[in-house]
Amino acid sequence: MKQKAHITFRLNGEQTEVAFAPHKTLLEVLREDLNLTGTKHGCELGECGTCTVLVDGKSILSCLMLGLEAEGREVKTIEGMAEGAELHPLQQTFADLGAAQCGYCSPGFLLVAEELLKNNPKPSRAEIQEALSGNLCRCTGYIKIYEAVELAAAKMRGEEYELPREAVYGLE
Amino acid sequence: MSKNESLNIVGKPFRKVDARAKCVGQTKFADDIVLPRMLYCKILRSHLPHANIKRIDASKALALPGVFAVITGKDLPIPYGILPVSQDEHALCIDKVRFIGDPVAAVAAIDEDVAFDAMNLIEVEYEPLNTISSIEEGVMVDEPRIHDYGDSGNIHKKVSLEFGEVEVGFAEADLVREDVFFYEGNTHLPMEQHAAVAHYDSDKKITLWSSTQTPHYVHRALAKVLEIPASHIRVIATPNGGGFGGKSDPFNHEVVVCKLAMITGRPVKVTLTREEVFYCHRGRHPVLMKIKTGVKKDGAITGMHFQSFLDGGAYGSYGVASTFYTGALQTVTYNVPRYQFDGVRVFTNKPPCGPKRGHGTPQPRFGLEIQIDKIAEQLKLDPVAIRRNHLVEPNSTTANYLRIGSMGLGKCIDKVVEGSDWKSKFSGWDQSNRKLPFGKGIGIACSSYICGAGLPIYWNNMPQSGVQLRLDRQGGVCVMCGSTDIGQGSDSILAYIVAEILGIDPFDIRVVTADTDLTPVDLGSYSSRVTLMTGNAAIQAAERARELLVMAVSEKLGVPIENLSLAERRVFDVENPDTGVSFAEAVVLAESKFGTIGTVGSYTPPRSPGKYKGSGVGPSPAYSYSAAVAEVDVDPDTGIVVVERVWIAHDIGKSINPMLVMGQVEGSVYMALGETLMEEMTYRANRNVVHKFPSMLEYKSPTTLEMCDVKTYLIEDPDPNGPYGAKEVGQGPLLPVPPAVANAVYDAVGVRIDEVPITPEKVLKALREKSRGRDGRYGPVSVPNVDWPEPLRVLTPAEGGDGKEMPRIAVHS
Repeated sequence: MKQKAHITFRLNGEQTEVAFAPHKTLLEVLREDLNLTGTKHGCELGECGTCTVLVDGKSILSCLMLGLEAEGREVKTIEGMAEGAELHPLQQTFADLGAAQCGYCSPGFLLVAEELLKNNPKPSRAEIQEALSGNLCRCTGYIKIYEAVELAAAKMRGEEYELPREAVYGLE
Repeated sequence: MSKNESLNIVGKPFRKVDARAKCVGQTKFADDIVLPRMLYCKILRSHLPHANIKRIDASKALALPGVFAVITGKDLPIPYGILPVSQDEHALCIDKVRFIGDPVAAVAAIDEDVAFDAMNLIEVEYEPLNTISSIEEGVMVDEPRIHDYGDSGNIHKKVSLEFGEVEVGFAEADLVREDVFFYEGNTHLPMEQHAAVAHYDSDKKITLWSSTQTPHYVHRALAKVLEIPASHIRVIATPNGGGFGGKSDPFNHEVVVCKLAMITGRPVKVTLTREEVFYCHRGRHPVLMKIKTGVKKDGAITGMHFQSFLDGGAYGSYGVASTFYTGALQTVTYNVPRYQFDGVRVFTNKPPCGPKRGHGTPQPRFGLEIQIDKIAEQLKLDPVAIRRNHLVEPNSTTANYLRIGSMGLGKCIDKVVEGSDWKSKFSGWDQSNRKLPFGKGIGIACSSYICGAGLPIYWNNMPQSGVQLRLDRQGGVCVMCGSTDIGQGSDSILAYIVAEILGIDPFDIRVVTADTDLTPVDLGSYSSRVTLMTGNAAIQAAERARELLVMAVSEKLGVPIENLSLAERRVFDVENPDTGVSFAEAVVLAESKFGTIGTVGSYTPPRSPGKYKGSGVGPSPAYSYSAAVAEVDVDPDTGIVVVERVWIAHDIGKSINPMLVMGQVEGSVYMALGETLMEEMTYRANRNVVHKFPSMLEYKSPTTLEMCDVKTYLIEDPDPNGPYGAKEVGQGPLLPVPPAVANAVYDAVGVRIDEVPITPEKVLKALREKSRGRDGRYGPVSVPNVDWPEPLRVLTPAEGGDGKEMPRIAVHS
């Protein structure tokens, strides 16, 4: 019988206890021991950004962090991004603008984007590109993701923001 | 067909029906499925590229606590493969391994760690064999044979077709050019690693959840290999976390987990590691090409002889189709009156190649579009005009019997030329009078792609796509179809079309797809077939349901059927809109009159006029067209190429949802950019054929920092065969980008890079050659000497041909 480690931490705003094999990564603990499968994996070697979660508000690669290191920390996954039934503005704009095609990388992008907008409510396109440069997406070419971040940022600032027509219909 | 101007849903940028689930972490991908008592599978793979298996001893693995089963090749002796002509794979190798990564044995254990430990306890004794590691070796070296089938030695397939007499074309030409190009192989790199879960129930039925693009073909392969009736097998394709063609074959891990579930009586899951995904591959074939083209002074093509040499890797996969595709679509953009195609695919000891976005056509398009640029320079013609002036006519038939319907390439060219301000940027061929500074350049290329393969993978006379609709008395609508959403939005397309015809909201509809027990067959998400084929099937099913509704409502309201309209969840009199019933009431009326309301629709592509052997690849209900202009910045000191912007126009026919079309165009440009500049599946240059970098870190793909700006134009030239006129967009827009970038590099610094990826090293080498007064070119210079068969000769339509090959005359003494 394996010896399990036992930790308590705050997960998506809730006090959480979990027991798991001590060598497991946070990614594995979230997916396998807490059934939060919204956090995805693309390489499990820290190469693709897909498994990104927020730990104490900072984006980290959950495949490179041991579950043990989460003791006493505040962890946020994609499942904790919406406020109750109300989607986060980023979740709304990612869905509405087609920023999620296959959707496999989306949880990671969404959490990195949330971190970005918290620190920088009005990022330029170049700042968005820089912030998202650790996350790979093979579907979108990133463009719809930038547009979704820009639209969500404007909504969160309470500004009226019209998406350029060409983003949806192409140029005339 | 409904009139486009009165459309309420089609053509509008609705979000996808599954978009929110994907943004909140609710979408269940294959690896997210957990079943009670589930075991975990690990697959032992060959570490040698080519070897006979002498002995496998699994006793130590079986003795490990927590191990439930170990299986080897003898447990699954029946071969399979995606094409009927290439049934050359075994779920686990039986007597030999053919590449590093070939599966040898599989373990089912209580958890992944135990499975991994057990896998490493399996002892395999190999007898190494010499390897075949390149196109040249595949052509030249017959022994050892990788497979005991194929055309000869290590040549898997060799074809030669001639439409009209190309020599006559060359004799008429004012200029005949011969060029050689190389397109390196690359892989799909979906963000989701392949995963599968098998469940064997007490009635001895199997259910497999898998990240597959082609559940129907997996279903067929499982029935064959597991030797159980297909009716006892259920395959459910989970939403694919990216496919791009890489999840289109039946895979060994899918067979293996089913077998392990049958042996252990417990559910079994496998999730591949990223390294294993590189070995699954089935990606872009490396293709060497030689193109001989004759043209008149105005650039009109008089004849073309295209030769392609494909490195197929270790198995057949889609390779025979890929080989034909490298020769099929050269004729559908510019008029090619006489055309010869020779293609050869060799087996090598590498992961098998197959279909990647554009399947077999980006490689020839790359060569062709660069050669056209070279011809334009030699004839002092404008690279735009040489293309624009010789376009294939709409509603025509090409020399190789491809039936062209709508053809919007001219409009595409006009848009990107105007949008990019081409005329004030392109310097002409005179470098002394540049418009952009040295180092900055602009290039153009065009392309076309099929909207669905005209023929299914296995011969049959049944529809390629089926849709079933169920309407219930609460007003609920369920659409069922075998199609598989790989992120492109195929589930949403079904909902939009059914909602359009029934006058309801797309989000009112329950979409059930990709489940071989519940949904009618659709062949799968490949060949850009899904919108056109499922769309047409959905229209038929929905029109049939609509007919039942309006008959019942007409009777109730006393309004003639032709006066009834369906919109905004109502069925009403168009002349007196207040007279009507709700959609739910209409269903109740119809159910009361006709019984339970269910309808079906199906789609079979039109028959192709080509009847010659080999005519099965290339025909399609419609062809999409694209044109791209790339603007680049080339640093002559480092050789680094930065693609600053791509203007791309795509002839979509009609956008069912323009936002999703835009996403496919942008994604195609992105994937093309990766192939053009950095992505390559390459192997160490020794006899061991070891993949250089089976990891996401070292297999370079574009991040946000490398992705270029994209300016997109959607050209709507409705095609009569498309649903509402729609054509494909998932693959076609990738095609013009690599040659447009290569042509732009030439404009920027005056060197020709005739292969991809266009790396800094290659640019620098070409620049050094040029500075030494030699040919400023990087690329292959020759092709292997292949003993081509006598071509199969077909008279072209212009020559009065009937689409059949001419009788062979014995010419060999």
